[in-house]
Amino acid sequence: MSKELIRLVNCQMAFDDEIVLNDINLYFNDKEFLTLLGPSGCGKTTTLRIIGGFLKPTGGDVLFDGERINDVPPYRRKVNTVFQKYALFPHLDVYENVAFGLRTAKLPEDEIDERVTEMLEIVSLKGFENRRVSQLSGGQQQRVAIARALVNRPKVLLLDEPLGALDLRLRKDMQNELKRIQQAMGITFIYVTHDQEEALSMSDTVVVMDKGRIQQIGTPEDIYNEPKNAFVADFIGESNILDGVMLEDCLVKFFGRKFKCVDRGFEKNEPVDVVIRPEDIDIVKADDGHLCGTVTSVTFKGVHYDTIVDFKGFKWLIQTTDYHEVGEYIGIRLEPEDIHIMHKSEYSGMFGDYSSYSAEYEEMDDPDLYPEDEEGEEASEGTENEE
Amino acid sequence: MKSKALAAPYLVWMALFTIVPLAIVAYYAFTDSQTGELTLKNISNLGNYMPILIKSIWLALVSTAICLVIGYPVAYYIANCDEVKQRFLYMLVMLPMCISFLLRTLAWVALTEDTGIINNFIVSLGLEPLPLIRNDGAVVLGMVYNYLPYMIMPLYTVIMKIDRRLVEAAEDLGCSGPQTFKRVILPLSTPGIISGFTMVFVPAVSTFYISQKLGSSGTTLIGDVIESQFKTAYNPNLGAALSLVLMVMIFICVGVTNRFGDDEEVMAP
Amino acid sequence: MKRFNKVFTVIILIFLYVPMIVLAVGSFNNGMDIAVFKGFTLNNYRELFRDSVLLPLLLNSVIVALLSSLIATVLGTAAALGIHSMGPRMRRLSMSITNIPMTNPEIVTGVSLALLFAFVGTMLKTNNILGFATLLIAHITFNLPYVILSVMPKLQQMDPNLEEAALDLGCTPVQAFFKVVIHEIFPGIISGALMAFTMSLDDFVISYFVFGPRFVTLPVEIYNYTKKPLHPKIYALFTLLFVTILLVMVLMNVLQAKDEKKRRDERSRLHRRQVG
Repeated sequence: MSKELIRLVNCQMAFDDEIVLNDINLYFNDKEFLTLLGPSGCGKTTTLRIIGGFLKPTGGDVLFDGERINDVPPYRRKVNTVFQKYALFPHLDVYENVAFGLRTAKLPEDEIDERVTEMLEIVSLKGFENRRVSQLSGGQQQRVAIARALVNRPKVLLLDEPLGALDLRLRKDMQNELKRIQQAMGITFIYVTHDQEEALSMSDTVVVMDKGRIQQIGTPEDIYNEPKNAFVADFIGESNILDGVMLEDCLVKFFGRKFKCVDRGFEKNEPVDVVIRPEDIDIVKADDGHLCGTVTSVTFKGVHYDTIVDFKGFKWLIQTTDYHEVGEYIGIRLEPEDIHIMHKSEYSGMFGDYSSYSAEYEEMDDPDLYPEDEEGEEASEGTENEE
Repeated sequence: MKSKALAAPYLVWMALFTIVPLAIVAYYAFTDSQTGELTLKNISNLGNYMPILIKSIWLALVSTAICLVIGYPVAYYIANCDEVKQRFLYMLVMLPMCISFLLRTLAWVALTEDTGIINNFIVSLGLEPLPLIRNDGAVVLGMVYNYLPYMIMPLYTVIMKIDRRLVEAAEDLGCSGPQTFKRVILPLSTPGIISGFTMVFVPAVSTFYISQKLGSSGTTLIGDVIESQFKTAYNPNLGAALSLVLMVMIFICVGVTNRFGDDEEVMAP
Repeated sequence: MKRFNKVFTVIILIFLYVPMIVLAVGSFNNGMDIAVFKGFTLNNYRELFRDSVLLPLLLNSVIVALLSSLIATVLGTAAALGIHSMGPRMRRLSMSITNIPMTNPEIVTGVSLALLFAFVGTMLKTNNILGFATLLIAHITFNLPYVILSVMPKLQQMDPNLEEAALDLGCTPVQAFFKVVIHEIFPGIISGALMAFTMSLDDFVISYFVFGPRFVTLPVEIYNYTKKPLHPKIYALFTLLFVTILLVMVLMNVLQAKDEKKRRDERSRLHRRQVG
């Protein structure tokens, strides 16, 4: 890809004694759409605030074009931010909000006018110039926030859960819109979200974070198909995660059976985590199955049924378009490419068991379930620790 | 960001003109007025003023209680009006406070004097004039009158913020009107009651003007004694000792009430 | 119940306004005794405007009130910003200090400042330290908490991202304050300043302990008067003051109500558009 723009070197952040970011090494390329993805409290917003200049890392360096910018205040950085709840200036109208950065830079009036008008056109808000921001809908406010940041022609745009406050339909529209704007402007977007679907559908690169550490960096396909540990496998999509032993290259044993797989490079007899995505599993007649079990619950999900099957006490989630009744005894088949092997990690055994399955599992990704003040907490703690 | 430093001038100011003066009060309280030596004489003399202190507390407590009892319905009524009416009524309650309380107290003197407006009216009806002034009752009246807005203000602010849906929820759960009031509204207005209590009790217990104008020699209050030590008797050391006692008493009192009120920030007006 | 409360509220309001009415009527009284009405006259008002003592005293009061509330507003707003960005421990300490003059009885504040000035006076070997400066210092001191306590909530309500957004868009912290933050906390600053001004204008207890004979304010002078019978022109002065304040308040009230109605209308129009 194109050249490197920002690099975090061994970045560490501690509030009081609590370590929020631990040894973050990460680089951002020019014109890239990169997403920091993780649950609340994982450090993604802190990372973004360090890049924006609102927090100074307690350890490590931030480099911009190879130059150390740890001590450069936000107003001298070539990055702009779209804040979580937009942070539009309520005392200014739409036009003046967008013109704010240009006026601060004391540009000539006709250039300001030209650029603001052009930008409002890009975000489809032509004709809204003199509206008060409180008169706008959520989606319109969102667009003003984007325009206000982009009109300054930053090299990097930071977006902190910008779609979190919008309803589902609008969120989908804005995802496409953001991607389009990013491509049209040809600049780097660094995007923070806890919504895995958002991350997968928009990004060039996804960085999965948890507990202040980077868990995996990769393209959306890599992240989904080749999760590095149980956390990533569980956080991105649904996964059945089982204990297994790698007997040799391309041969794994779990549930007392040997399976062919496509993974190599593990030690002989290394204990491993085995990931099987629910949509990869084929249900067959009991006699033809590699494994057999009893259906314990079925939930209709629209395109498919979520079917929970009990295999010797371990419950799997299987997504299938065929209906199987509760109590039915069925078999499943696993092809080598359906099986993904991961090294054991601190997350082993914590995820991937559907024994306590409830039909609402998907809502775990719902923003409402996360305490909204994650960023607020981090922010206030941040200011407390600043000089 | 260095914005924390913005508080520095303020903190220096408060140290110089609030903390240091209080330290000086303490210093004076423990030194002799003539010799300037350290002494416990002023403190030991306080025993003589115990009855006055107790009287001050008693009258202030009675006034505060009356303010609460008559202030609550008013605050409750205002808080339940529509927005425009609320603002107007609130303004009406606050407005008298803009006029010098000295003059307002004098107006009460004119009303309650033996040959005052009320008694003139009573006499004109052919009745005996009433002893309205120069007694405990008159002092309490003066306190209630002067400090009632300080009770209504915090009560109104708190009651207004009570979510109407809570009342509906209580009714939904079978509470009658009085029950809803007792079990939902009253507990939720506790912070306002506590705040109002402090805002009325503190000035009432330390007043010296009201008692001078409306009371008699029998209603000398602790504030009068302190004032006279500074202005006429010229014994600032004794005055300082009395101030110290008054202050400590009030801080304990407020501390206890605040604990009682679940550590709410109640001092904000 | 509601009806009872209504009647009760009216009675209490009458109770609150009876002395005002007495004062107002007294200002038109032809006799010296406020309790006995001896016929209508405007003489008191005429004398008030010819008076060479009361009006300068009122001016003194206004000067002290204006200066002290202005200084307290600047100092207090800066302090509120500082306290807002403190850690929880420092913030609690600062707020406790702020609460001292609010909790302390006025008489104790007055006495403590009087002793401080006396102390400084002895050190400077002067016995007329009391005057305009001491009065101003005292007023600023008791005004500061009012400003802080009305600005702090506005700062807490403010979206912290607003300031960051301004910094992000190229403002220095100072620019960010004047271009963005001040707009958000302005109502708090104004109400704090107004409260400080009124408190200062009307203050008697604290002024009484720290005023010097060279600079007397109106309330202090009234206290000195009240040991002898008051001249009715004072009632005239306060009746005028009361009417002025009343008019200003009513006007503000009406304007605010209009503004709110307008905003409500806008909101409902927007809502209709979104629905329709």
